Amino acid sequence: MKKILTALALGASAVFASGAAGAATLDQVKKDGVLKCGVSTGLPGFSNPNEKGEWTGLDVDLCRAVAAAILDDPTKVRFTPLTAKDRFTALQSGEVDVLSRNSTWTSSRDATQGLNFTAANYYDGQGFLVRKALGVKSAMELNGASVCTQSGTTTELNVADFFRTNNLQYEVVAFQGQEETLKAYESGRCEVFTSDSSQLYALRLKLANKDEHMVLPELISKEPLATAVRQGDDQWFDIVKWVHFAMLNAEEAGVTSKNVQEMLSSPNPDIRRMLGVEGNFGEQLGLTKDWVVRIVGKVGNYGEAFDRNVGAGSPLQIERGKNALWTKGGLQYGPPIR
Amino acid sequence: MAITHEGPAPAEPVRSRSSILNDARFRGLVAQAVVAAIVVFAIGMMVWNAQTNLANQRIASGFGFLNQTAGFGINQTMVEYNETSTYGRALLVAVINTLMVAGVGIVFATILGFLVGVGRLSKNWMVRQVCTAYVEVTRNLPLLFHILFWYLAVLAAMPAARNSYSLFGEIYINNRGIYIPRFVFGEGSGVGLIAFAIAVVGVIVLKKWATARRNATGQQFPVFWTSVGLLIGLPLIALLAVGFPVTIDHPVLKGFNFSGGSRLLPEFAALVIALSIYTGGFIAEIVRAGIKAVNYGQSEAAASLGLKSGLATRLVVIPQALRVMIPPLTSQYLNLTKNSSLAAFVGYPELVQVFAGTTLNQTGQAIEIIAITMGIYLVISLVTSAFMNWYNQRVALIER
Repeated sequence: MKKILTALALGASAVFASGAAGAATLDQVKKDGVLKCGVSTGLPGFSNPNEKGEWTGLDVDLCRAVAAAILDDPTKVRFTPLTAKDRFTALQSGEVDVLSRNSTWTSSRDATQGLNFTAANYYDGQGFLVRKALGVKSAMELNGASVCTQSGTTTELNVADFFRTNNLQYEVVAFQGQEETLKAYESGRCEVFTSDSSQLYALRLKLANKDEHMVLPELISKEPLATAVRQGDDQWFDIVKWVHFAMLNAEEAGVTSKNVQEMLSSPNPDIRRMLGVEGNFGEQLGLTKDWVVRIVGKVGNYGEAFDRNVGAGSPLQIERGKNALWTKGGLQYGPPIR
Repeated sequence: MAITHEGPAPAEPVRSRSSILNDARFRGLVAQAVVAAIVVFAIGMMVWNAQTNLANQRIASGFGFLNQTAGFGINQTMVEYNETSTYGRALLVAVINTLMVAGVGIVFATILGFLVGVGRLSKNWMVRQVCTAYVEVTRNLPLLFHILFWYLAVLAAMPAARNSYSLFGEIYINNRGIYIPRFVFGEGSGVGLIAFAIAVVGVIVLKKWATARRNATGQQFPVFWTSVGLLIGLPLIALLAVGFPVTIDHPVLKGFNFSGGSRLLPEFAALVIALSIYTGGFIAEIVRAGIKAVNYGQSEAAASLGLKSGLATRLVVIPQALRVMIPPLTSQYLNLTKNSSLAAFVGYPELVQVFAGTTLNQTGQAIEIIAITMGIYLVISLVTSAFMNWYNQRVALIER
């Protein structure tokens, strides 16, 4: 029902609002003193409340970094949990300013949904989770299987493509929320649970007997999980995009939350520019000179966020893989700050 | 907004002596025209404003998306549909699925409601208490709870395909659904259909004849059982005459699952059961109220005419109770139809799930899709109301 409300809110705002869509989001965030961030309804490693009720995760840290850059306080974020179905409508209607919710960057979403993707903060691919007892070793052996998935996702489309191109019979059972989908898989309604592979690793931890389940080796799609903002506010688009790049540049330059204060006296011109010792690159974006110091000092660089949330320092234990820096053979590449 | 003359009208419209501005008729017309113009203008502004704002925000608009390829699968399709079908086709599939769950739900809820409603008035203490308990329990729990209970606690707890419960080796129940054998009508089965049509006509004629005879001579004829015999027997004889070209498709375990036969999705079953049981509780109360509303003197009068209790109920009490029951029953049917949208929680592919869910998310056209969805629910509800109003008029007391 929430989605209907959101849709109606969008309808009402489209019908009655007269102002231009591109109202300055930055000014609004400064005025309110809080950043409105859309996250998932609970996905360990990406956006999930911890036992104290605080949101944690890789997607959450991006919002915290934006809040740190603007408001100098990573806690000044209001998180709105959104289902896959609600997420874009919530962004369009202004319910959230940043959508940092493991959403796949596709051309049609970029072109028709009134939003802009800033950058992919996690490169993912779709996989299949099955019970080991099934004895299936490859996705090609899934002929006739029931597949549980979340409705309104690229996953739902990919799975249709995969089974159709491989001439396999299947039955899709689509649920509105992650929880319902997982519960249906766990109860045996489906042989297969399909989603982005990072989610499969994360959700496997939620299952009662996690060792009875395995992720099949095939990845059947490209899923660049990206952050999105409303279309029509270029300054805001730049800020969110460059916060991510700043975290990447900091990792590349070896600037971490621990050593950022010492690094201020570094002779390296790249680091001096990045940390605002030289030049006014932060001010050009509408932020302050020390924006990267705020981000890295209060949230950390990309590598720290990755390790803490999904990598070696987390229960998920996901390898850096494609998400390593470009200098280490991965795809994460931050354009230079200068 | 209509301004009408009520009560005794002035004998002669006084027009000539006063200005046209003082003419009530003229002023009424002007007022209506102004109001109409304001309404049209306001709607036009809203549409124009919505279009401009959507264009400014670069959100796609228009209904062209209905012809685009949907690309997602649906697991219950009554009409031809696959991943390459259009969003428009997906909409059709979703509407049919909604109608199916609502239609089946209404039938079961009505049967259940009538039985329980009558049961609450039973002279048997046990029956009365059981029916009261049923009504109180079902009416006082949220519908979503009913649905999740049947889906997650009952149907999901069924065994996996290989260990299915089996009834007579023909019907299988597992956590994938309920599998039943299906009749396959081969070449020449048309004869059976024709025979059935003949039987229907025969039953109507028989009924007329029996009524006429009873009115004339007072003799009863067992119309009901004769009709049942006709409707079943005639097609059967016809089919036997052409060598019985009907085969049965049995469900067989194959690979992960059963193939063959007909299958009821557990999502469908959970929804129908939950909606029927929940709405049945309300209908039972309507039925009880309807029967109670018939003056006890009517039953006594029927008894004094020598009608047995069963006949008195069927011929005297129920027809009068129906008049009271139909209007609130209509509301329950409408509720049940709209409540079927809770299917999204158990993944049954109906209107809200497939169209206002997946399609909305894939196309992003919230305004158009929500408008279409609202329009469809409105049409379904209005058609249901219209039918029930027609029926209400038919059963209304005709005063002579």
